[in-house]
Amino acid sequence: MDSDAMRVDGNAMAGMLGEVFVQEMTDTRIACGGCGKVEPFGAEHVYMQAPGTVMRCCHCDTVLLVVVDTGESRRFGLGKAKWLEFVDE
Amino acid sequence: MAYVSRGFHGKRSKEREDSRVPPGQHRVEDFPVLSAGPTPHTPLDGWTFTIESEAGEVLRGWTWEEFRALPSEEVRVDIHCVTKWTKLDTMWEGVSIDTLLDGVEHDATHAMAFADGDYLTNVPLEDLVDGKAWVAFGYDGSPLEPEHGGPARLLVPHLYFWKSAKWVRGLRLMDHDEAGFWESYGYHIYGDPWREQRYAGD
Amino acid sequence: MAGAAVRGRLSWTLGEVVDLIDETPRVRSIVLDVPGWTGHRAGQHVDVRLTAEDGYQAQRSYSIASAPEDERLAITVEGLPDGEVSSYLVGELRTGDKLELRGPVGGYFVWAADTGSPLLAVAGGSGVVPLMSMLRHRSASGAEVGAKLVYSSRSWEDVIYRDELEGLAAASHGPQVVHTLTRSQPPGWTGYARRVDARMLEETAWPASANPAAFVCGPTPFVESVAAALVLLGYPATSVKTERFGPTGG
Repeated sequence: MDSDAMRVDGNAMAGMLGEVFVQEMTDTRIACGGCGKVEPFGAEHVYMQAPGTVMRCCHCDTVLLVVVDTGESRRFGLGKAKWLEFVDE
Repeated sequence: MAYVSRGFHGKRSKEREDSRVPPGQHRVEDFPVLSAGPTPHTPLDGWTFTIESEAGEVLRGWTWEEFRALPSEEVRVDIHCVTKWTKLDTMWEGVSIDTLLDGVEHDATHAMAFADGDYLTNVPLEDLVDGKAWVAFGYDGSPLEPEHGGPARLLVPHLYFWKSAKWVRGLRLMDHDEAGFWESYGYHIYGDPWREQRYAGD
Repeated sequence: MAGAAVRGRLSWTLGEVVDLIDETPRVRSIVLDVPGWTGHRAGQHVDVRLTAEDGYQAQRSYSIASAPEDERLAITVEGLPDGEVSSYLVGELRTGDKLELRGPVGGYFVWAADTGSPLLAVAGGSGVVPLMSMLRHRSASGAEVGAKLVYSSRSWEDVIYRDELEGLAAASHGPQVVHTLTRSQPPGWTGYARRVDARMLEETAWPASANPAAFVCGPTPFVESVAAALVLLGYPATSVKTERFGPTGG
């Protein structure tokens, strides 16, 4: 089965992020350190079939975030995300 | 412990676990596809496998034709993924790392395998030689499919399968150990399934 | 919607199954009573976690099907052939059982009926679930903002919420519902009979000039091809929100 068909998006990370962040994260904007494009989490490509969860820029595939859950802790690898912007309602 | 769901067993094999299954693993019959990114599609006429020095100097290199002309062997091995599935008796065809390193002069202790998609994973050299590892181009009697790492992947079955880098393109020899992709994000630097070395600090 | 995006950290909570509705031969809705549930927005989802006696756990996300106005929370689950969680939810789960949930989550793929933009919802298979929450919310709120649903299913028998959609469409100010059936069609079918493509969207979707809010949900390849087609029709990329379900059939 093609991993391109298996990819999901930032919506699929919402529950995991919600355990760590008080802010709802899927509309948080993230800037790619590779191509510079800015998108909300919900639009970015996410691969959850791996040893960890990997978010990649939906434009250039640069790794933005890597989440590894060891069972005892969660490590958020910052990859090549340049910044995150939390949207005020 | 979390709430136990009445009547839920999961899809694990109900057979009694045997001594070939490392601790914390369960047997599967299928071959799960786990990926951290889009499937690369490098055309074979652009494919090369290189052995490089720490400085990036190419010590040995093969095009696809040259690589496929090397002596290869069929092996049957058990594989263990850190996500807890184990698949017994998988059949592969590949070129032994011993063949690839034959005649290469070096004093390296470790290697960083690099692959399409910018994936990196580190392995001690002694875990790659003496018949312990291959660059595999065939699985189960057929050419290795792209979603399982084709045209060729590293195969190091005695370590957790994240070390068996899919879409491998070469080895960079090093005189020290260095964390690859998953290792730098929290996975164990070595990854022995029999000692359950999944995460850093295990 | 002041304060809606900020809340305490999420944790797992237990809901009790109060009703089970067989929507199609493979799809079932699960209605839950969740103590302390503070409500949700149309389009959000919950994560469901199952734990076996030996501690083995499996977890999946399911879109909320019910409207925010509904008294009880409902999710709709498609049973997948080798799905260890979905086959349990569709086959084994009984009323009275409890289910561990985390949510609601989602701030990106959400729609509120009081926005000014007409809604374009494009669904592939079980991707219709969060979009149905949006249509149920629209109906419950009495909103008259335009709404269209383009819904791809394999066959008439696989159409989820079939009768309810018919009822919504027939109501005054109801949504326009366009079905396409990709594998088999009932005798006398005059509707679309192929996968959603650019030409179909051109014929059925709001024109870009209407400033629509588009939501596309379903299997990943479906979502990506529909989103690309909408952008080619002139929809600004930021107006097309996507939720990929992964490789599920559709």
